[in-house]
Amino acid sequence: MVGQIAQHAMEVHGEAWTIKELFTLPNEYIYWSIQIVMYPFMTGLVAGAFVLSSLYHVFGVEKLKEIARFSLVFSFALLPVAMMPLMLHLQQPFRGINVLMTPHFTSAISAFGIVFLTYASIVASEIWLVYRKYFVQMAQELMAKQSRSFIDGFRMMVFQALTLGAWDISPEAVEKDHKACKIMAGIGIPVACFLHGYAGFIFGSVKANALWMTPLMPVIFICSAVVSGVALCILTYVIVQEIRKYMARSKMARWARDADAPGAEELEATKHMEVMISSNYLLYFMIAAMTLEILDLIFRGYTQVKSWDILREVIMERDFFKIFIMQYTIGNLLPFVMMILPGRTVRRTTIATVLVLFGVFMMRYNVVIGGQAFSLSFAGFMDYHLPIIPHNFETFKEGLFGALTVVVTPFVLFYFINMFIPAFLKEETTH
Amino acid sequence: MERREFLKKCILVVAGASVPVSALTLIDPKKVFAENPDIQWAFLVDTNKCVGCGFCVKACKVENDVPLDANVSRTWVERYVYTKDDRRYVDSPKAALNGFTESRIDLGRGEFKDIDPKSVGKAFFVPKLCNHCSSPACTQVCPVGATYKTDDGVVLVDRKWCIGCGYCIMACPYAARFFHPVYNVADKCTFCYHRLSKGLDSACVNACPFGARKMGNIHDKEDPITQIIMNERVGVLKDEFGTKPQAFYIGLAQEVR
Repeated sequence: MVGQIAQHAMEVHGEAWTIKELFTLPNEYIYWSIQIVMYPFMTGLVAGAFVLSSLYHVFGVEKLKEIARFSLVFSFALLPVAMMPLMLHLQQPFRGINVLMTPHFTSAISAFGIVFLTYASIVASEIWLVYRKYFVQMAQELMAKQSRSFIDGFRMMVFQALTLGAWDISPEAVEKDHKACKIMAGIGIPVACFLHGYAGFIFGSVKANALWMTPLMPVIFICSAVVSGVALCILTYVIVQEIRKYMARSKMARWARDADAPGAEELEATKHMEVMISSNYLLYFMIAAMTLEILDLIFRGYTQVKSWDILREVIMERDFFKIFIMQYTIGNLLPFVMMILPGRTVRRTTIATVLVLFGVFMMRYNVVIGGQAFSLSFAGFMDYHLPIIPHNFETFKEGLFGALTVVVTPFVLFYFINMFIPAFLKEETTH
Repeated sequence: MERREFLKKCILVVAGASVPVSALTLIDPKKVFAENPDIQWAFLVDTNKCVGCGFCVKACKVENDVPLDANVSRTWVERYVYTKDDRRYVDSPKAALNGFTESRIDLGRGEFKDIDPKSVGKAFFVPKLCNHCSSPACTQVCPVGATYKTDDGVVLVDRKWCIGCGYCIMACPYAARFFHPVYNVADKCTFCYHRLSKGLDSACVNACPFGARKMGNIHDKEDPITQIIMNERVGVLKDEFGTKPQAFYIGLAQEVR
């Protein structure tokens, strides 16, 4: 056994994308690569989308009604994807379930499964409460049909199952749903923040890492999570509304042929209002996120503890372009200016949200990869090279295509979820 | 069912279930299986004696199934060279598997630095390995409890339970951990636990021709290693992390991190 193994030239995990410079310890590699960048990015989107939807459900910001419902469904589509990068980065993905079987509670990630599942059930039950009336109506409608096609039969079964046997849609029952929904959303906000603050804690509590270790990390993560989540919801909402407008004009979809279907102008007006209001919230959270991030940086520069020498070289020299140009200028400052300048339009806001998403992604990248860019010896550096063309499964899943898979999945899921839980409904069907 | 009735039955079920559950804690498997609670293993490195031959690295890799060619190692030796103009150079080519056969310094990226022997102020070697800390950061962060500290003070990894998340690798301030290229789980120095439990020395201690590496039972006051740790000036690596390392160094320079 020993002889056999010893003869092989082996590539160690991390070796494929790490370039070492000066003195780095022999076992040091960039072990946490692009999937761990995706993990807080995707969890942030989930949490942020949910917070946006709660603005309407809890705080009664009536004007956000449509985008709120959309965000709720979209955050449900994002949910499984928050788990995906973790599974893709595990060296033993089939043992991932061990975290739930023998959680070791001194570890910051042991409770992830529990927090995540709690959050997932809150989102699921909130969606159920919002859509119960719709499920019942759909099921009844399909059941009343004389002859059903195979697809309609299947849809009927799904809707029947989705009602969970609660068929009462009297105004009192629906009012009860409404109240329960408000409570769920109220519980959901702290849980969503906890889910993401928790992701920040995972990094912030690694005492061995000079860049990560700061108690500000969870708070920074929550703020940037809301920023990215709101931005993604605005962006996706605008895109979906554009598609709907096109459909309304050309009467392509089934709903567009209804007599009382919203016309293109009506859709445009709603879109304008919803985008304008939610982008205000986006601005507030951006101010908070940027303040905290810059505070952290200034504090490090001012206190100049032992690690500052190497951190300064990473932040101010090696990663200068990624941090100050890509993250702060293109990802924060530029969209911020675009949104505060007078005469804001939907188009300008939409472009700004794309930049904001890029900025938050770069922030995650600079934290996760930047934190591993220097050696624990403080005398060497490690450079990360994202594998683009995979030469084995590992370089696929922890490379560009693995990351893209994670990015694309929520949209695919949203497409299917939208078939049964439509994000856009006429006023009276839901609340 | 009445509410009162329901609550009564709930209490009954909880009380009934707690009896067998509490019985489980009566037998503490840790206490039953602890072979020797009087032992607390510690490591002692005499940096003055190390010549950088790399025998320890080779012995360790062969003994512990770590592929020789893989660029990871449970133990390694660092070379520190200070020139008279106060520049510091450090390297550890291939973890010093083949020793330091060249005088030039490995700068990474395939670059090397030739140093004129006349310009060298001081130079020395520092062997490193897992410190088997008293309060290890790695076992704290393992989400599944696959890495743990034994009662005799050795930190081990359960290869059958590790999920390979890499959190312990990130948490270790000494970079003592890595992913095993064959088993794809976290791997690290075990103090050769399989040898210790048979009364043998660990592979690196056994292989060191100069006695730079030693092991002892720090709970045994008569142990010569304990005597040295207690009576001489020894240091530990990176004590600022509060991990309480159990690998002690004689002649530790403050620049060694």
